[in-house]
Amino acid sequence: MTTATVTPDAVSDAIATHTDHSPVLAVRDLKKTYGPGCPDCLTLTGPEHNRTTCPSCGTVVACADVSFDLRPGRTLGIVGESGSGKTTVLRSLYGDIEPTSGTAVLNTPGKEPRDLFTLDSQDRRRVRNFEMGMVYQTPRQGLNFGISAGGNVAERLLAADWREIAKIRGRAGELLERMEIPVNRMNAMPGTFSGGMQQRVQVAKALANGPLILLLDEMTSGLDVSVQAGVLDLIQEIQHEANIALIVVSHDLGVVRLLCERAIVMKNGRIVERGITDQILEDPHHPYTQLLVSSVNS
Amino acid sequence: MSAISPTTPEDQLDTLPGYNYAFLDELSKKAVRRATLKAICIPGYQVPFGSRELPISRGWGTGGLQLTLSLIGPGDVVKVIDQGADDSVNAVNIRRLVERTAPDVSTTTDTAEATIIQSRHRTPELKLRQDQIMVYQVPMPEPLRLVERREVETRRMHGEGDYSLMWVALYEDIVRNGRITRAAGYPVMVHHRHIMSPSPIPKWDLPKLHMAENISLFGAGREKRIYAIPPHTSVVPLAFEDYAFEVESFEGKSCAFCGATDTFLVATPQADGSSYYVCSDTAWCADRIAQQEQEGAAK
Repeated sequence: MTTATVTPDAVSDAIATHTDHSPVLAVRDLKKTYGPGCPDCLTLTGPEHNRTTCPSCGTVVACADVSFDLRPGRTLGIVGESGSGKTTVLRSLYGDIEPTSGTAVLNTPGKEPRDLFTLDSQDRRRVRNFEMGMVYQTPRQGLNFGISAGGNVAERLLAADWREIAKIRGRAGELLERMEIPVNRMNAMPGTFSGGMQQRVQVAKALANGPLILLLDEMTSGLDVSVQAGVLDLIQEIQHEANIALIVVSHDLGVVRLLCERAIVMKNGRIVERGITDQILEDPHHPYTQLLVSSVNS
Repeated sequence: MSAISPTTPEDQLDTLPGYNYAFLDELSKKAVRRATLKAICIPGYQVPFGSRELPISRGWGTGGLQLTLSLIGPGDVVKVIDQGADDSVNAVNIRRLVERTAPDVSTTTDTAEATIIQSRHRTPELKLRQDQIMVYQVPMPEPLRLVERREVETRRMHGEGDYSLMWVALYEDIVRNGRITRAAGYPVMVHHRHIMSPSPIPKWDLPKLHMAENISLFGAGREKRIYAIPPHTSVVPLAFEDYAFEVESFEGKSCAFCGATDTFLVATPQADGSSYYVCSDTAWCADRIAQQEQEGAAK
């Protein structure tokens, strides 16, 4: 862990007058590679070479040297083009994929800090159920289409040992209503819902057990613009209400600008720029960020 | 009872020529017993085992039969029931196989007399003792199969105790039908750890498994699994606080033969559209009739 180096995050944190300085999630040197690997993999890939595949051994370096802190109730955006490794980072944190190396220390109030990547599968699942919520790009990844919308939300509550149907129905109904799903659709199958509604059910499910961190993986990319705006508004409200820390992965700078105080720009599996979102978007330093920003504005 | 069966020379025992004692060879019986011991050590856990070929087809009680054959020894008394009845073709054939390959083992229809009871679909009404072993024939050992098709995934769920999908299935059942409609093979939580399929016995029989005096063994020959409930083990049917577990109700009905109102009854439809009910456990019913006759004669 390279805790001694002063990161831009640390600088901006000093600016922000926030009392709680311990991050809820501290990610250090996260790396995920696919292939045999060789000593030159890391030096021969990255944005300066504009490639993620090692020319020497053919290993794909999906992401490397990814470090950041996420503070309680704060928001972080990860932007970058397809294949830049942003989803890899998110999936590793949620436990969908096993990272090659690195640490991600989760700091749950009232508990010892734990490294997510060394937890056993049972604890890992508990973290997925209680401390984290994930909203996937496509509803099919996050929802079970064989059970009702209410059942999808209830699954989380049942995993948390809720054993009273009336209470489960009450809580699931509350969550769905908060996400503007009519209660009379609670027993309907997600397949009968519109795309925007399906995404809102995913959010309700992710929020069921009151997570510390909510992970959004391109959640609005499949929605049309007006529906997108509605969903984003809801996310913003929920985030303020419940004070949930948020990691938003998106290739859409508008989404990140709206939701995130701070952002990370990724390219070819590395972080090329980081800082306060507005700063990055108004005054991009890295050539790739400049390209990204100008391509949106033009 | 469950001592290692002797490899007696054929001329000493009047067994079928060319066949080993209790049909299976000694090493096969040993392998089945080893799996059984492991199953008893981890209540409710499905132990894989090398299911052997038998003179009956897989799916016709071969799992239960392998358990029975691997356990019997001199002096054992075997009872075989099929849906509660001792006289069904399948039960009669299994009993005959035991008689002909293990001459020093006797068979019975009397529940109290039996040391090993092999059963399909029922638990006897009579409370079993510590010195009795219950052997169930299981068609589908995996309780999670209905909610998850992948074997790798169901094993992970058992391993991690991740049973939320099973609970969601019950939740959905209640939402759609107003109650849990599952009748036979109702999932139970064994020893507060593993969800287990109690084989297709009716809900009526589940309370008999909880904290029972006897060992219950479950054999699935086609699916190659053995699992067990040791004596004095907690067996709790899955249910919700506001939707409690209930056994079948036979209110207002009684057995047409013995008049019992406290047993599991089976309905026989009549030509006029009505049904008459009889005890599913034929041995229990016959016992009660004999008792009534005795009392009648005494008067």
